[in-house]
Parts: sequence; structure tokens; C-alpha cells
Amino acid sequence: MNWKTFLALLARDAHVARRNFVPLLLQTFLQPMMFVFIFGRVMVSSGYMPAAYKSLLLPGIMAISMIFTGVWAVAMPLIGEFQFTHEIEDRLLAPIENYWLAIEKVCFGAAQAVVAGLAVIPAAWVLLRPGVEIHLLSPLLFIGVTVLVALLSACGGLALGCSIDQTKIGLMFSLVLTPMIFFGCTYYPWSALTNFPILQKAVLVNPLVYASEGLRGTLVPQFPHLPVLAVLLALLVFDSLLLALGLRQFRRKAVA
Amino acid sequence: MLAGIRTRELRKVYTSPPPLAAGGGFGARRKNKQPAREVVALDGLSLDVTGGEIFGLLGPNGAGKSTTVGILTTRVRPTNGQAWIGDYDVWGQQVEVKRLIGVVAQRPNLDFSLTAREILLYHGAYFGLDSRTRSMRANELLDRFKLSDRADQMVRGFSGGMMQRLSIARAMMHDPQVLFLDEPSAGLDPQTRLLLWEIIREYNQSGKTILLTTHNMEEADALCQRLAIIDHGRNIALGTPAELKASVPGGFLLRVRFGADSPDLFERLKTLSGVREVRVQTGADGENGVDVYADRGGPLVSEIANLAAASSVELSDINISEPSLENLFLHHTGRSLRE
Repeated sequence: MNWKTFLALLARDAHVARRNFVPLLLQTFLQPMMFVFIFGRVMVSSGYMPAAYKSLLLPGIMAISMIFTGVWAVAMPLIGEFQFTHEIEDRLLAPIENYWLAIEKVCFGAAQAVVAGLAVIPAAWVLLRPGVEIHLLSPLLFIGVTVLVALLSACGGLALGCSIDQTKIGLMFSLVLTPMIFFGCTYYPWSALTNFPILQKAVLVNPLVYASEGLRGTLVPQFPHLPVLAVLLALLVFDSLLLALGLRQFRRKAVA
Repeated sequence: MLAGIRTRELRKVYTSPPPLAAGGGFGARRKNKQPAREVVALDGLSLDVTGGEIFGLLGPNGAGKSTTVGILTTRVRPTNGQAWIGDYDVWGQQVEVKRLIGVVAQRPNLDFSLTAREILLYHGAYFGLDSRTRSMRANELLDRFKLSDRADQMVRGFSGGMMQRLSIARAMMHDPQVLFLDEPSAGLDPQTRLLLWEIIREYNQSGKTILLTTHNMEEADALCQRLAIIDHGRNIALGTPAELKASVPGGFLLRVRFGADSPDLFERLKTLSGVREVRVQTGADGENGVDVYADRGGPLVSEIANLAAASSVELSDINISEPSLENLFLHHTGRSLRE
């Protein structure tokens, strides 16, 4: 392992992210914040939604922002750089084993996802106030869940980015990410699916369920949620699976 | 330390289009269900490039030049055979090999998210150069490749020639022992090509090994100390440019086409003075054609025409080319470099 090279690769990604800061910001926050505003503020203040919905919504929005940010940060550059511009070739020739480049992408994507997730809390707080009730009972568990969710997004981005053809980016959003969000217990707790028993079992294959429920269980535990330890375990399993799949796909792309 | 390049019986069979080289889509899983179409890119290629040498790979498109460079630069996994850079096995000791080499790919692959200077600086950082050395070398190279005035612009707007110059500068940034240049002067104007040749020679004089691929005869002649001619993934001739050119009988090549097949006439062509070898053309468009290798060109035309008239055979086409690697290629393969 060659730390100098690894850090230089990270520095390059950080530099590019800094350069694209404003579009990155809009892309990450505009949609979730609009959602927070309409559902958490407009619908609640007009009486269509109960006031408690504000607090219920917050972890879901945080999960969506993190997943989107991580997937986008890793998958989009990889799709473009492998297939379209070949930009990645220079980094594949850097004196480090190829898979470290994939791991670097995951680290960087996960870091961006953490920033996005943590930024949602104050932003939503400002938009929704008053009435958001956060009960951070165990900061350690919250950190654990956040890190695993961030890794989930980045590993998912690696797997998607190395598997999807550039002409099918639109499909990636409509077939993968959008259903994940709607069936990911983001706008409702998992227990709300009790009346749909088959669906309630089926959504358990969706890793976003564990992201939303895990954040719900550590940030707003007053609402029903899956047991946090089970969530941690599930996230760990999904992280490992997606990382293994992503590395395999990356290797296939990197070497002819 | 001089680092050479060795390959032994390299073989590469692609079962699906090479992901990067073809720029193709993914969908590998679906392809596996169809009968795999195998493409043999390299078929037992062995090369020995001495450390400190400028070595050229010459061959037509699809001959296996880029696959050879791909294998030697860790980007393509060989199906069989072995390759070494210096003492390192290319597939087994990738990191050590990557430290020794600099690579200019055939397509521009610059980092579009960075400026020209940043491309050099980050490249230096990947190779662990300290920041003072990095910026000093970046400045030198930008200046040498006449890119200083655009150094702080994004490369997205660069012309093809500027991108090519920057790619070469980048490959030299970490001062590699072995430099690979895949079609380095493609798309360069004549003036820049001369600048590039000068830079390559200079780099070589500092004890570096250079392997370049080209199908430009002039370039191979001007730069390379030794050449290998590659076709269908095999090495078909090896030597200095002068040796190789001398191996073509006579040097001049007259490609002649007659109106009818006349073995008798073909025999009589051999008796003309200066004619070294007469070969009946093969291939689809070689009908009634012969290749006449001779030590003179133009003066033979009227004699060939006279012979044809005497045999009552119509002379329908004649094409003269001077001594060149193109002729050499034709002599060895029966095909033109551009076919």
C-alpha cells in the first residue's frame, strides 16, 4: 500500500469537488429541501399532515440525501471516465494496485455522503422549525449508522458506476434509485407497511430501508423503527456485498 | 539503471471487445450467452528491447501494436506468455512496473476536470514527488512543450495537438525509465512533430528506453534505432531501419497490372536489367497483377510497356514507389500497411 499515492488520489478528487462546489450543492440539496418544505411545512401547517410528521420525515430525507450524494459522487465520474473520456487511465497507471483507486473513490464518496447527511439536519431544522424533536440517545450508534449508510451509498455507487453503460444512466435513476427511494421507508416508517404484509417483507431487500430505519432509530427513536442492532448488521452485510461486487466490476473495467 | 523490455510468446485473445480500447458498452453477461467471438490480437510475440534504446513497432491498424503496449503497461492481461520491464514481471509486479514506465495512449485521456498545470502536478503527486520538485518539473515541461501560456486553463478547450503534447509532457513528469508512445505524432502539425522528435531523442540520450508505435515510415526512420514489423500479432521482421530497408530486393517497387494473365510475360519481366524479383500479386484486387522489385523505378516503365506490347497484353496500371518501410511491409506480408 502506497499512502502517498492514495492521498494524492484523494486530494485530486477533493480539488475537483471544491471546483464544482456550487452545482454539487444544488444537486445534493435542492430536491430534498423542496421535499422538506412542501411535506414538512406546507402540508403540516395546512393541516393535511400531523405536526409529528416533521420529525418522522427528517431521518428519511437524511437517508435520501446521503444515498444520492454517495451514489452520484462515485458512479457518475466512473461511468464517464471509464467509457467516455478515458480520464481514469492516468490514475490506473499510478504506482498503486488498481483496487486502491476503487477504494479511494469509495472513501471519497462516503465522506461526501456524510457531509451531505449531516448538513441536512441543520438545513431541515431551519426549514421545519418549530416542532422537530430530535432525541439523540446514543451518539455512538448514530455515528455508526451514519458511517455505514455513507459506505452503503459509495459502495453502491461503485457497483453501479462500473456496471452501467453511459447510455443507460437515465434507466439507473428510474429503475434503480427511484424505486429504492419510494420503497425505502424514507417518507414513512417500516411499521406503516403492516397492512401490506407481502410488500413489508419484500422491501427488506432494499438497503435504503435499513438506512432510513437506522437513522430513524438513532435520531427520532420516539417513532416505531427496526431494532438498531439488526439495522447495523444488515447495513454491514449490504456494504460488504456491494463493495465486493463493485471491486469485481471495477477490475473487469480496468483491465482488458 | 537502464531498463529494457522483454516479452516471451505473448498471446492475447479477446473474447469480448476490450472495454477501454473499443470504448464499448458493458453488458458482458449478455455477451456470454452468445457464442463468444474470439479475436486473436497477439499470437506469440517475442521482443527484446535493450535498455536505452528507441525501439519502434510498425504495423497496420489491428496488427497488435496497441495490445502489446497495453500488456506492457499493465492495462491488458495477456492470455499466455510473459512480459518484463527491467527485472519486473509486468503482470505479477504491477506496482513496481508502473513506477518505471510513462505512457502516452493513442487516444487523449487527459483529466478534463483539471487545468494543464494541475494535470502535471497531480500526476507528479501520484508518483510521490514532493511539491517543490513537482512545480519545478511542471514548469519545465510546460515550457518545453510550449504550453506555458495555456497552463492554467482547463484542458477541455485544448486542440488535439495541444492535448497530445500535454499527454507526452505528463508521461515524462515522473521521469520514467521506460517511455511508451502509442502513435505519438498522430494529429500533430509538422513543426510540432519535429519538436516532439527532438524531445524524444533528448529524453533517450539521458539513458531512457523508448518504445513507440507508428505507421509513419518517416518517423520510424528518423527516430528508431531498431524496429519490429508486426502483422496479425506476430513479429515478421526485426532490425535497424537501414537493415530492414535493405532487405527489400532492389528497394524500388513497381506494382503493375495487365489486361490479361500471361505467365510468359511475367517470366520475361525478370530479364529486364535492374529487376531483382517478380511476384504475382495475391488478394482480391491483385488480379493479373505483379509486383516488380527493382533497383530503379521510372526508367523501367517504358521497358515494361514495350514487353507488354510485344506480348500483345494490355498494360492497365502501374504504380512506382521508392524504398520505404511500406514496401518492406508489402514484401513481407503481400499486403499494404494501409489495408
